[in-house]
Amino acid sequence: MLNFTKINILVIYVLFFLIGFFSFLNLQNNNNLYIDKKVNLGLDLQGGSYLLLEIDTNPLIKDKIQDKVVPIKKILNSNEISYKNFNINNKIIKFNIEKNDIDKYKNIFLNKKKNSLNIYIEQYKSYELDYLIYNDELSIFYSKYGELTINNAALKQSIEIIRRRIDDVGTKEPTILQRGEKRILVELPGIKDPERIKALLGKTAKLDFRLVTSDSNEFGFEKLISENGEELQVSKRIIMSGENLVDAQPRLDNQNNQPSVSFTLDRIGSQKFGRTTNKNIGKRIAIVLDDKVISAPTIREPITGGKGNISGNFSFQEATDLALLLRSGALPTPLNIVEERTVGPDLGEDSIKSGTKSLIVGFILVIIFMIYKYKVFGIIANLSLFANLLMLVGILTMLEATLTLPGIAGIILTVGMAVDANVLIFERIKEELKTEKSIIHAFDIGYNKAKITVLDANITTLIAAIILFAFGSGPIKGFALTLGIGILTTLYSAYFIARHLTSIVVLNNKKDSINL
Amino acid sequence: MINNFKFSDHFKKGNIFSLVLFCLSVFFIVFKGLNFGIDFKGGTLIELRVNDKNINIRDVRSSFSNLNLGDVNIKEFGDRGDFLIKIEKADNKNDNFIPKLKSSIKLNLSNDISFRRIEKVGPKVSEELLHSGVLAICLSLMAMLFYIWIRFEWQFSLGSIIALFHDVMITIGIFSILSFEINLSIIAAVLTIVGYSMNDTVVIYDRIRENLNKFHKVKIEDIANLSINETLSRTIITSFTTLLALFSIFFLGGEILRGFSFAMILGVVIGTYSSIFVATPILKTLRVSYKTIEKKEEEIIP
Repeated sequence: MLNFTKINILVIYVLFFLIGFFSFLNLQNNNNLYIDKKVNLGLDLQGGSYLLLEIDTNPLIKDKIQDKVVPIKKILNSNEISYKNFNINNKIIKFNIEKNDIDKYKNIFLNKKKNSLNIYIEQYKSYELDYLIYNDELSIFYSKYGELTINNAALKQSIEIIRRRIDDVGTKEPTILQRGEKRILVELPGIKDPERIKALLGKTAKLDFRLVTSDSNEFGFEKLISENGEELQVSKRIIMSGENLVDAQPRLDNQNNQPSVSFTLDRIGSQKFGRTTNKNIGKRIAIVLDDKVISAPTIREPITGGKGNISGNFSFQEATDLALLLRSGALPTPLNIVEERTVGPDLGEDSIKSGTKSLIVGFILVIIFMIYKYKVFGIIANLSLFANLLMLVGILTMLEATLTLPGIAGIILTVGMAVDANVLIFERIKEELKTEKSIIHAFDIGYNKAKITVLDANITTLIAAIILFAFGSGPIKGFALTLGIGILTTLYSAYFIARHLTSIVVLNNKKDSINL
Repeated sequence: MINNFKFSDHFKKGNIFSLVLFCLSVFFIVFKGLNFGIDFKGGTLIELRVNDKNINIRDVRSSFSNLNLGDVNIKEFGDRGDFLIKIEKADNKNDNFIPKLKSSIKLNLSNDISFRRIEKVGPKVSEELLHSGVLAICLSLMAMLFYIWIRFEWQFSLGSIIALFHDVMITIGIFSILSFEINLSIIAAVLTIVGYSMNDTVVIYDRIRENLNKFHKVKIEDIANLSINETLSRTIITSFTTLLALFSIFFLGGEILRGFSFAMILGVVIGTYSSIFVATPILKTLRVSYKTIEKKEEEIIP
């Protein structure tokens, strides 16, 4: 175990220097080197916000099933199936039909081709809608995969819109990721005021233009309260929605210095808007955002240029945010913040300081103890500990891993536990020295016998680290990563570097001078 | 160092001690319960620093009493005017309550405030976190059981898992007795303890197996004594250096790592003790002898 060929030695140290070199990349400030890799600081160290958002698809599915009402009725009528008690309850359409019409209905409903009512989803081998028959009562609702398709589309669209909103605010390096089927993870490093972004993400921003009616007999209107407390009867018919907007910008009104939002419509939007305003001069048009009327101006002249202005009772900041929301488009479903973790930059700085301090102190204490306990071999253990740390940081740099506060704790713990491999070996050698005459032999046997124990002992910790990495989130993942990599570098440094250094000492000294 | 200490004479005392501690832990966990942090219970946590030394907990509390936030727990720590506010409420729909709370504190307390940490965990997420935490601990125990079963015989596997369970329960039990908070980092600590304690047990087991092979006729008690004594200085040195590192985190690593390092310190002490006084006696109870490992010998030693 103490014999090293020149090639062995070369490989051991070349690998060490290659990996160790990466840890120095963290010291450079500018990115002018060919290899631009660095350990990232976690949100808990550099400050920032972690948000976990969840989409709520229930309202969307309710809307979608509502959209099915007309097609279903149409198909029933055209196939001369009579129905009664047609109603929608939550996410289910129910009605009664004659018993002998049921087969006829099934044929239409489960037609794989040319079925505009119930689309067959190839990917899941399932229909979009499902049905249940109880006596002569028929229930129609979205199937599991139908709901999933809606959900996935909504999630994808939400991520896109969130990205647009966050980019528009101008944060540096945001992370926006899908998490499972319903959740979106947003990480905003270095952000000072997460409240603004939270408010922006919390708004659906569904904008529509609808007419205000005075005729209470007219079909399809609802009562909405406007910003200034006025109760308005607003038609349910949407003239034009936020989808037709191509741009929106905040601006200050020249006359009264009141902030407002000017918008530009696309071709279809301008046509619709022009036609409606032309026909309804003198009436009021309600600008409705998330079921709230922000303003309801009176139409004085037809607006045909495709440009308009929303004035309301808002500050310039609010106008800016409204314009941003309108530009980014409406979220398909409401978003809830189900988890939030924000760390201020000063706490992050303190954490780095205290983490580094405890790392240095822990390192020094262990070093002193090892020299006290094992003299020359203590120095070897310490050198290998140092090599261990360099490689650990080097690998973290190569992976561009995220260093968190628990991650620093993992490094400190590695320092404490890393000497174990060397201690196991040295203690074994000590025992062998009692019976073995040849010192070289004793070291040889010691290393050999300790090998299995060292491996067994470290694999157990590695298993714990892997499970922790799989289950942990955020900072805890950082801990598992440093702990796990720490074990690998520990094995390397103890078994190659320390063993080689030991062989140098042993081969060049007589037994009496070897003091373990 | 005493190199022929008769540990086996004290196994019984150790077992009784462990049993009492274990039962006490279970008793406290069941009847007193655990002090779950917001990670597992849901709620809102705010850490703030005020630069006015005259501000006390009562001032902080009254600065937002108008908001009716329900159960609020406020703690002062450190010597620089740091406060930790814990609120049980984390209503999903009402996303406005944190900014409202912040402005209310700023308005009524002092303008010279920094909000150092804000965490909000919704009820659904906290339930999932608890679930996955418990699952992770169970999985790691099972993985250890399996690993030792492959590497040793089932008796060793059973012995080590009982020792691990003992360590985990007593660590959590002490957290219950002291009402210390259980959060995500404590789960991380418990998992690390599982790894560490296993590591310690494996070293002794390895030596027991080796000695069983060497001395076929010797009684298991004596094999145990010999093996523990032979590995004792390693056990002590490694625990000591690990504790050096952990105490360094405990005293210098700041408030966030304090609970974690405390759990780890407990775990290292209990884990070291259990390798000797729990894991090893079980081998005796299970009548492990040379014959137990005989069949497998050729496969194991390379």
